[in-house]
Amino acid sequence: MKLSFGKWVLPVYSALALLILMIPIGYTFVYSFNDSLKSNIVWRGFTFDKWLNVCNVQNGAVCEAFGNSIFIAVVATVVATTLGTMIAIAIVRYRFKFRSQLSLFLFLPMATPEVVLGAGLAAQFLSVGVPKDMLTIILAHTMFCISFVVVAVKARVAGLDPALEEAGRDLYGSALQVFLRITFPLLLPGILAAALLSFALSFDDFIITNFNSGAVTTFPKYIWISAARGIPAEANVLASAVFILALVVVVSVQVSGTARAKRLAKMN
Amino acid sequence: MATGTFAESGADLELVGIHKRFPGFTAIDDLNLTIPAGSFFALLGPSGCGKTTTLRLVAGLETPTAGRILLGGNDVTNQKSFQRPVNTVFQSYALFPHMTVLENVAFGLRRRKMAAPLDKAHEVLRLVELDHLASRRPQQLSGGQQQRVALARAIVNRPALLLLDEPLGALDLKLRRQMQLELKTIQEDVGLTFLHVTHDQEEAMTMADTIAVMNKGRIEQMGAPQELYELPRTSFVANFLGQSNLFTGPVMGTTSAGISVDIAGQKVVVPIDRAHRTSGEITIGVRPEKLTLHSSKPARDAGINVMGPGRVIDVSFSGVSTQYLVDVPGAGKLVVFAQNMTFGSDVREGDKVWVSWTIDHGFGLDDDPAEAPRFSPDLDTHTIAAQHLVEGA
Amino acid sequence: MAFAAFSTSTAPVAADTARKSSPVALLLLLPGILYLVLFFLTPLVSLLLTSFKAPAEFGDIGQFDYAFRWENYVEVITTYWPHIIRSFGYALTATFFALIISYPLAYFIGVKARRWPLLQSLALVLVVAPFFISFLLRTLAWKQIFSDESFLVTSLKAVSLLAPDAHVTGTAFSVIFGLTYNFIPFMTLPLYTTLERLDVRYLEAGSDLYASPFEVFRKVTIPLSMPGIVAGTLLTFIPAAGDYINASREFLGGTGTQMIGNVIEANFLVLQNFPSGAALSIILMSAILVLVSIYVKKSGTEELL
Repeated sequence: MKLSFGKWVLPVYSALALLILMIPIGYTFVYSFNDSLKSNIVWRGFTFDKWLNVCNVQNGAVCEAFGNSIFIAVVATVVATTLGTMIAIAIVRYRFKFRSQLSLFLFLPMATPEVVLGAGLAAQFLSVGVPKDMLTIILAHTMFCISFVVVAVKARVAGLDPALEEAGRDLYGSALQVFLRITFPLLLPGILAAALLSFALSFDDFIITNFNSGAVTTFPKYIWISAARGIPAEANVLASAVFILALVVVVSVQVSGTARAKRLAKMN
Repeated sequence: MATGTFAESGADLELVGIHKRFPGFTAIDDLNLTIPAGSFFALLGPSGCGKTTTLRLVAGLETPTAGRILLGGNDVTNQKSFQRPVNTVFQSYALFPHMTVLENVAFGLRRRKMAAPLDKAHEVLRLVELDHLASRRPQQLSGGQQQRVALARAIVNRPALLLLDEPLGALDLKLRRQMQLELKTIQEDVGLTFLHVTHDQEEAMTMADTIAVMNKGRIEQMGAPQELYELPRTSFVANFLGQSNLFTGPVMGTTSAGISVDIAGQKVVVPIDRAHRTSGEITIGVRPEKLTLHSSKPARDAGINVMGPGRVIDVSFSGVSTQYLVDVPGAGKLVVFAQNMTFGSDVREGDKVWVSWTIDHGFGLDDDPAEAPRFSPDLDTHTIAAQHLVEGA
Repeated sequence: MAFAAFSTSTAPVAADTARKSSPVALLLLLPGILYLVLFFLTPLVSLLLTSFKAPAEFGDIGQFDYAFRWENYVEVITTYWPHIIRSFGYALTATFFALIISYPLAYFIGVKARRWPLLQSLALVLVVAPFFISFLLRTLAWKQIFSDESFLVTSLKAVSLLAPDAHVTGTAFSVIFGLTYNFIPFMTLPLYTTLERLDVRYLEAGSDLYASPFEVFRKVTIPLSMPGIVAGTLLTFIPAAGDYINASREFLGGTGTQMIGNVIEANFLVLQNFPSGAALSIILMSAILVLVSIYVKKSGTEELL
């Protein structure tokens, strides 16, 4: 039977859609090679300079902002992942009053517009008299990351067969041993995924940061501030580098996962 | 096209020269089949034999690589499934979870813009005795109830042909037996043509007017259940439908009664009209329930075959009958079913016995023993494993 | 992968694993919950209180006293109602277009491409890839692409598809375009998760029962993918309503496209008119809560929350 025209519509459409999704990424990447001065709007020429000398003196503020973002993201991720994982385990595994109300409460930060979250925190810090700096940013980021971590880990905990832990106890493991040797390793992929998500959210956050950062500049904030007068190509370089790294990580995880699944299927 | 009308009665289904190839393997290889209107037809075979593929081809869910499908004389090969007057009862029922039972049943009628769809739906639900559950969702019903809704949803459309894809597989034994009778009754009452696909040979024999046994994409034998059972054509059919004792040996000669075959030094006679091959090495067989056990060698009789002596190596009580395994040197292990007419059995493990059967009960297969693997009803895993190694399976 | 977080809101209710009652639960919950109460709940209360504050008697700009000045709300609504309407209008439009654009894509990846899991994974990575480049940079990229001097705009003007003095940036079009683009992954992923689980046998049954491909889509596919549609539209509409990056002047917006987010930002960070900013935030949040609850009730997917 020959393939009718209708069969090709969806694949072609999808390819087109994905291509358009990639356009800004491509644009950012290409312009990281632009031999620009301050502003990076007009194409002047191709150069590797910006890549080789990212943290130069001229546009050093970019690197500083980038460094701040990384630091904040790491701290926020560690705290949020820890607190969130604990909550996720408690919600799925234990019975207590107000469990469903708690689930709803945890969902709220994800459902609230960032503007509101940012404004709220700003109002609070103001009332309490806390000056806006690195600390307030970290506190803010940790807050909205917790909900995402709970949601991501919850699914993993729910999918964990309790029979595995029961088997562990049946084989003479103490509660702590069972947790360390069975529960935790099995939850690890979910926890790592949640951590990665948390890191990405924190790193790229702008709105909440803008309301609560005072004089400290993060990478997104730097871009916002310099948008008016021109964003240097170094920013493109850093962003592209992050993109490529993230892409490599995600693709390799997917490919290795699929390869492993294939090998397992072959064995059976 | 089937819009807006009911088929008056079932229609003939014809499959002509059907081939279906998937990347990597051939599912159906030159299938030719005619199912007369109004009959209950079963397509029987093990998993992977191509029966489900055949069903999907008839339903229009797949297209054949070659060949034609005719329904009531019309070539429907190129018609999509929603254009064919054929309905399917799916193995998983596929009841729409977002609709009530009533809406599920009315679905096909609404698509064809038939009048009074809800009334007709209620009518059919009354037929399957589920009208009181019409406003429930499928998820709230038990397996047996879902199965009946799936059936109702299909037959309400009075299709020219109703396809059933192992619809009773998920039901427990008692319910399955009950549904088998119900399906048969409905088919006769409503007068539709049913094509039932199953791997359960008992089910096929109970319900169908005609059975086609499929193996590796081809039909091995087709006919009435009794015909297939009492006169199998190939060893596959002989072993798939019930159990058989098969023996291989050279034809020694022909008598007025039939052909005589030498099985491990003993003479076995098979009637000529029940043997597909009459010379050379042939495989013959007899059903276990046709065999009689004797504690002493039975008197010579022209009408019976005798084998033995052998030793009873297993006795298995299964309620209705007792199954004996008798090892006859040179002939292999024979399976004997004896109906439990009395309490307890007279024969014990280790006893020396003879086995006899009426000549008329034997059959000769069409297989060439040289090609087919030797088929003895090996019931111990050791031998089966060894056989697998030899065949390189 | 990591962004499967979006998927969990459409995940079926997991089987109730054995639950015990234990003080350990409290220990596990307390730190996190305390943190959220402190940095999520309290700020919202703070916001509410701030929205009622009055200007300080003897203070400078930016100094306010606690009061119950509900007039703040009246002032804010009368001054900024165009922005409020505009925000919801833009957000709804962007959500609508995101749905139309994402559904076929999600359908292709989740249903049609099931036979090639590697293709599925890679396609998903591409859908999610824009997340790996800063939100601001990708919005900025579109600004450059739509700017008056860009290749695209000059070509369109050359072939008279655009008036010579027309602008693409600074219009409602570019803002909505930006919003739609940025939230397509948020729409696609939940749709994908639901469609991935779609049992094609239901589609076959529909076809077997005389439904044309279009009818099957309308009567079977769409109802069964409702959870994904609801999740996707919520995940898109809520952030879009409060967004202000796309609409800001440095990005894709202009003077006439200011959204409520811009106004809140301006009041908080520039004008230092905290009560106004707070009042607007409360209005935004309440409006969203009302709309969302009506929406979820109507589509019958309360279990989502």
